[in-house]
Amino acid sequence: MATASRHPARPGEDPSAAQAAQAHGSIESYRKGFILALVLTVIPFALVMGNVLPKAATIAVVLGTAVVQMVVHLIYFLHLKTGEGERWNLVALVFTVIVVGIVMAGSLWVMYNMNQSMMVPMPMPAG
Amino acid sequence: MSAHAMTPHGHASHSAHAAHHDAGPTTALGFWIYLMSDCILFAALFATYAVLSPATAGGPTEAELFELPFVLVETFLLLLSSVTFGFGMLAAVGRDRPRAMRWFMVTFLLGAGFLAMELYEFNHLIHIGAGPSTSAFLSAFFTLVGTHGLHVTFGMIWLATMMVHVMRDGFTDTNLTRLNCLSMFWHFLDVIWIGVFTLVYLMGAL
Repeated sequence: MATASRHPARPGEDPSAAQAAQAHGSIESYRKGFILALVLTVIPFALVMGNVLPKAATIAVVLGTAVVQMVVHLIYFLHLKTGEGERWNLVALVFTVIVVGIVMAGSLWVMYNMNQSMMVPMPMPAG
Repeated sequence: MSAHAMTPHGHASHSAHAAHHDAGPTTALGFWIYLMSDCILFAALFATYAVLSPATAGGPTEAELFELPFVLVETFLLLLSSVTFGFGMLAAVGRDRPRAMRWFMVTFLLGAGFLAMELYEFNHLIHIGAGPSTSAFLSAFFTLVGTHGLHVTFGMIWLATMMVHVMRDGFTDTNLTRLNCLSMFWHFLDVIWIGVFTLVYLMGAL
């Protein structure tokens, strides 16, 4: 990465400083992440505020850009990598994503079904 | 401060140095796992909100209350603060204290701006009779958005504390580890905010 050469380890100084610098990305990676995040924020806001697409399509784009933007943040701001030594970060994240998915989808599913079942039927006019 | 303060580990303490350096990544992983558990806490709040958002109890609905341009400005403030914190971290790793302090100060101000807007919104909602006790929807809204705001508040307290630490001791290994954890915390809050503006404000306005 460019950062490694920008902060060369000076003699007598901690040689892992350059390594640490790499873990924090570079000006370039933050700039790239910022522009991507900006675009992925403006698109859903414009769609909802402008009301240009049918509702179902808008929902799909809004949710899609949110997921992509979260990934952009993880890669460019939180510097999540898949390499050796970074594995446990990723394992914890994958586990969390699964739990979050179960909690969110499960709650909506269960509560929707409960609302359906608990719906008091309209009293029929006695025939 | 002298250069001595910035590199407190001389050649004499090399073995201590190596031991010290092991602690950094372990602390970072531990903090990451804390953030993941925080993520699950937020998932519970998001799920609660998603289930309760139609339960307006005859009170105002989402579409009537939320101002999207206002939320867009909040989003930009938080996104900018994420980037400025990143620049501050790069300066910190490069041991450039004046630059790092400037970026941390900008980050703090952007965070304060975000928080001020959120408090203004809460105050406005309560003022027009859409407080947390109005309906299940608003209870869930104030809990979810308020918990995020509380996290931002603690992030700012932490950031202010770290600025004092850095002014006093410079970029010691301990301070860099702490700053690294704080940067993860700060970026994480921005990721949560993506969920908030998407599921609460954008979906609510649809």
